[in-house]
Formats: sequence, C-alpha cells, structure tokens
Amino acid sequence: MGRREAMIEFRRVNKWFGPLHVLKDLDLRVEAGEVVVICGPSGSGKSTLLRCINRLEPVQRGEIIVDGQRLGSPRTDLTGLRAEVGMVFQSFNLYPHLTALENITLAPRKVRGLDRQAAEGLARELLAKVGIAEKAEAYPARLSGGQQQRVAIARALAMQPKIMLFDEPTSALDPEMINEVLDVMVALAREGMTMVVVTHEMGFARKVAHRILFMDEGRVVEEGVPETFFVRPQHERTRAFLSKILVH
Amino acid sequence: MMNTMGFLGIQYEFRWSVLWEAPYGQWLLEGIGMTLSLAAVGWLVACGLGLFFGALRTVPVRPLRALAAGYVEFFRNVPLLVWLFFWYFGVPQVLPPAAQAWINARGVECWAAVTGLSVYHGARLAEVIRAGIQAVPSTQLEAALATGLSMSQAYRHVLVPIALRLVIPPATSEALNLLKNSSLALTIGVGELTFMTRQIESYTARGFEAITAGTLLYLLLCLMVAGLMGRLERRVAIPGLIARVGRAEH
Repeated sequence: MGRREAMIEFRRVNKWFGPLHVLKDLDLRVEAGEVVVICGPSGSGKSTLLRCINRLEPVQRGEIIVDGQRLGSPRTDLTGLRAEVGMVFQSFNLYPHLTALENITLAPRKVRGLDRQAAEGLARELLAKVGIAEKAEAYPARLSGGQQQRVAIARALAMQPKIMLFDEPTSALDPEMINEVLDVMVALAREGMTMVVVTHEMGFARKVAHRILFMDEGRVVEEGVPETFFVRPQHERTRAFLSKILVH
Repeated sequence: MMNTMGFLGIQYEFRWSVLWEAPYGQWLLEGIGMTLSLAAVGWLVACGLGLFFGALRTVPVRPLRALAAGYVEFFRNVPLLVWLFFWYFGVPQVLPPAAQAWINARGVECWAAVTGLSVYHGARLAEVIRAGIQAVPSTQLEAALATGLSMSQAYRHVLVPIALRLVIPPATSEALNLLKNSSLALTIGVGELTFMTRQIESYTARGFEAITAGTLLYLLLCLMVAGLMGRLERRVAIPGLIARVGRAEH
C-alpha cells in the first residue's frame, strides 16, 4: 500500500517492567486503513506493544505518536486520544453491573455528551451490526463468551474510533464461538478501519491483514505481507513458531 | 401488671407498666426518635466520608492516598468515647464566640454526637470501601479508561458502583455498630434511648424493666436495619454474577 498518513508511529521505543526489558528499540508504523496482525510466543511483548498505543502502559524511552499526538507529552489530551482508539480485550472486560446496552452507551454519553436517546439508538445499531440486537437488555453474566466479546467490540465502536486495537480477542473463547467474533472483525477490516490485532488466528490474518509482524523477546523479528510471511518466512524463529501454530 | 418472681429467696415485683405510663412512655419514644436521628444522620455523613476517603486511598496519586490514610488512622485509632468528649468539651471552647453562641443555641451535644459518630465510623467505612474498590479487577478500570472515560468518571460509573455492591455485608455491620455506638452519646447528655432508659430507671427505680426495654428496642432497631440492608443487597445484586442465596445450580 502507498505511503499514507501514519496513524500510529513508534520510534525506538523501549519499555521495562522492573528489570525485564519487554520492548527493545521498537519501530513501527501503521497507516490509516491498515490492518496489522501481531503474533509471537507469549512473553514476546505483543500485548504490551498494543497497550502502549493507548497508553495503558507508559514507556521509558522512545516516542509514540498516535493520530498526530505524541503520547506522554504533558500537552497531549490523553482521554481525548483514548476516545479515538477503541480497544478489545482478551477477557472482554464488560462492566458486570450494566446491561449490554448500558455498557455501550456509557462512554458516548459521558465522553461525547450524547443524550440517552441518541446513545441508545447508536448502541442498538451497533448491536445489530455485531449480530446480537436481541441481547440489548441482557447483563454480561447472562451472555456467552462470543456474545460478550461482540458487545465489547460494539462498546469500542460506539466511540467511532479511528483505530481499533484487539488484544487476543478470541483466545478466551470456546472454538465454536471464535468465528462469530472473527466475522465481525473481518467486516470491520473490510470497511477500512485501522486495526492492530494481536492474535494467533492465522486464517483471519490471511484473509484481511495487510501486514503481519512476528515478535520475539521484545523485538519485531520479521514482518511481511501474508503471502510471503506464511510461504517463505525468513527467520528460523518465525518458521519454528509457525510450524507450531499452523500444524493443526 | 404485677407479677412476682421468687428466685433464691429474692422477691421482685415486676411493674412493666412503667414503660408506657406518662411520662415514661413518652420518654422512651423520644429516646427511640433521637437514637434513630443520630444513627441516620451519622450514617449518611459517614457514608459520604467513607466513600470519599475510601476512594482516595486507591487513586494513583501518592499525596492523596497519604491524606486519606492519615484521616483513617487518626480517627479510627482513638476510642469513640474520647472523640465524643473531644467534640463536646474540647472543640466548642476554641471556636469564635459567635460560633459558640450559634451551636449552644442549637444543642451542642447533638452536633458533637453526630460529628463524633460520623467521623469515627466514616474512617472505618473508608477501609471497607477501599477493600471493595480494590476487589474490582483492574481490567475494569482499563476498559473504562480505554473508552476515553476520565479517572473520576471511571470511578463514578464503573469502580464505585461495583465496589458498593460488594461491600454491602460489611457495611451493614458498620451501620449496626454506628446505631449501637450512638448509645455512648448519653455521656454528653444526648437524650437518646439509653439515656431515657436510665432516666426512667432513676425516676421509678425499675431498672430491670427499663433496661430490658432498652435491650429489646436496640435488638429490634438493629434487626430492622439488617433487614433493610438485606433487601437493598438483593435489589442491587448483579444478575447472574454471584449466587446470593444458598441455592446451588450444580
């Protein structure tokens, strides 16, 4: 894809958890409309990278620029920026005391200032889009994992974000529920949403990813378009990793 | 209503009618009213203080946490009786004369009692609420912040509503303690239930009847409060989250 506006840019980013060096001189550029899949063994730093994009994790060295704003600068409006970056978590993290509808309307009402009626209209539209319009009044504990994750996607989309981050969105799901979530994500990718997805769902990556990054020990070891990434991985570690997850 | 009980050769003639004869019946009612007022106002203020300082103890700003910890440790580690004396005998003396006149005209003992009870129990309640907030998984806060809510909005709409549901059982114990501890206000001359039973006893020499009435009335009031809190707990329970009644589904 051509050189477009960078939505996300990492410049020599370093992060430590205590003595543990989790991101090492990381550079990354994600353009508007791009779908980037990040994979790698556990502990490789991929979730941490994702969480740095909306500053759920601060970094000690290097620069992160998201939607033209430098994270960590005192002038950056962090809540305003987070409103533009949707995030979907591995364990859904729905608010248990609110219905599906209320989960979705909370931020649009409190952050965007929508009135109740407008917010609920938007929420119902999004629930229909993710295929669970009939679950609007249900509490999270009454929903299946796949349904909860789709509510969580609708909750993130309700802020009409410019970027969507997915942190292993299907890892906590029973196999028969994985596809209902992936289908929503594929549709979103095809609408042109800028997405960064940490996942081991290589079928999804093949279908919609523009680029795949393979991370190991805090570095991007290899990156490429899906065709070459899967067919001719350059690095031994990538080959070893792919052979483990593609075998079945 | 006279009965006689023979016990180890001691003869005591019960006269339960002292509990409703004029003016004693009226005194008991006044005592119940004062106890309930002290407990209700004290509880509301204690909840406000507990919520504020309890939440402050969990925020990611060290000086605010230290301030809240200071409040908690200062007020919960001095006996409540001493606090009542402090607010009643101590504080009014150092107020400006105009303020002294104002509170004296309005019954300084009641204000001292309410202040003492609410500040002391607010400190204890702050710990209960802190524990509740800390029991909410941090992923809830992350999810809220990730949607663009500010820290205070995340507290107000996500963390605190979940935490308050979790702490209803220990908060009930705290409410009952506050109600029972309001009896200490008799030491600074507040006409609450214990004060009134003591007064009936000294006017009628019917100690057994008067104190028995007080005992049963406290029991009744506390059972009512516990019942109300139980209803509240069931009403705000999060559907499907926790089995509140002992009915196992598997």
